[in-house]
Amino acid sequence: MRKSTWGLPALTIAVSGYVAPAFAAGLPQLDASKFAPQLVWLVITFAVLYVLMSRVALPKIGSVLAARKDRIEGNLERAQTLKADAQALADAYEQAIAEARQNAQGVVAEARNTMSADASSRHDELNERLSAKVTAAEQRIAKATQEAVAGVRDLALDVAATAAERLTGDAPDGKAVSAAVDAVLKERD
Amino acid sequence: MANPLHQFEITTVAPIEIGGVDVSLTNSGVFMVLTVIAVSVFLVFGVRGRSIVPGRWQSMAELSYEFIAGMVRDNVGSEGRRYFPFVFSLFMFILFGNLIGLIPYSFTFTSHIIVTFAMAAFVFIGVTVIGIVRHGFHFFTFFMPTGVPMIMAPILIPIEVLSYLSRPVSLSIRLFANMMAGHTMMKVFAGFVIPLGIIGGWAPLTVDVALSGFEFLVAFLQAYVFTILTCLYLNDAIHLH
Repeated sequence: MRKSTWGLPALTIAVSGYVAPAFAAGLPQLDASKFAPQLVWLVITFAVLYVLMSRVALPKIGSVLAARKDRIEGNLERAQTLKADAQALADAYEQAIAEARQNAQGVVAEARNTMSADASSRHDELNERLSAKVTAAEQRIAKATQEAVAGVRDLALDVAATAAERLTGDAPDGKAVSAAVDAVLKERD
Repeated sequence: MANPLHQFEITTVAPIEIGGVDVSLTNSGVFMVLTVIAVSVFLVFGVRGRSIVPGRWQSMAELSYEFIAGMVRDNVGSEGRRYFPFVFSLFMFILFGNLIGLIPYSFTFTSHIIVTFAMAAFVFIGVTVIGIVRHGFHFFTFFMPTGVPMIMAPILIPIEVLSYLSRPVSLSIRLFANMMAGHTMMKVFAGFVIPLGIIGGWAPLTVDVALSGFEFLVAFLQAYVFTILTCLYLNDAIHLH
């Protein structure tokens, strides 16, 4: 701390004591006898640099930058086209899927309709066949019953005629027997 | 201790005299030639690969192109395209001159007022000629902005003319003084490193390390300032604010 209090002025004095004589001797920058060579070489070198830049370096760099820009824009354009193509393909795919689904649903519905129609027709046919059999069976039963009833009448006639002959001793009139049996059967019914 | 201004002395490398005029190749001239070679090699060899994906070197060459192209486009507009090669050459010349001058034992030609003034005067005269060629007599309305009452003209016109005439002076002194001051400062501190010995020498050395970094910034910044002011002057001449 104590050192810095005198350190700074001492440094200032040292620096000025060392720099001041140099400035007193004159700035080299103000030596007019050296102006001409500097100016001449400035003009020469700058002219050469300008020509090199405008004819060689800048067109070269410019073409590299332009080529890159073209390439990038071309790539972007291609990417855009590819993207549009991909989108179109995706749309077509979606549409095909939707169509196929619709078709499939149609086919399924048709199959279901056909099958149910088939099933109901078969059902009807079976019903018909069964009811025909039932009817035939009923007719057969009715006929058998009639035959059986007719058989019973004939037997009753015979029994009645035979019974009357045994009881009375002579053969009764057939007509009278049959009328009597019928009357009895009628009473029974 | 070495004279801190010794580094600015012009020494003749090859004495040449044409018609009584001293056109000797001096250390200043040598470094101007080196600068032109360095700039050309940097740019031309940088893009010789013409890669679509640039490497580091090509990136730097392209970056410098786009940096100045953008500066001209933003500050001058599309009319500035014609002057792009000049502005670019100016920037690269000053930048590489400043940077090469930072190499120890080299010479910084931008630390000489005559060089910076010649460049500033060329810009000033060129810009004025462009203004007069483009606008004719109308160019002089530049010194009398529209909307200012006539009564103000006697005061305003001298001020505007003076400020216009001081452009080359400020442009040249800014660059020259920055380069000279920086280099002198570094030399002064460097001069104390050895005399202060192993114990005290570290302090000026540290300062010089910091100053070296700072000088790189100044080298770029002053080239940028010189170039962007050239662009602004060009814009004034072309568009007359």
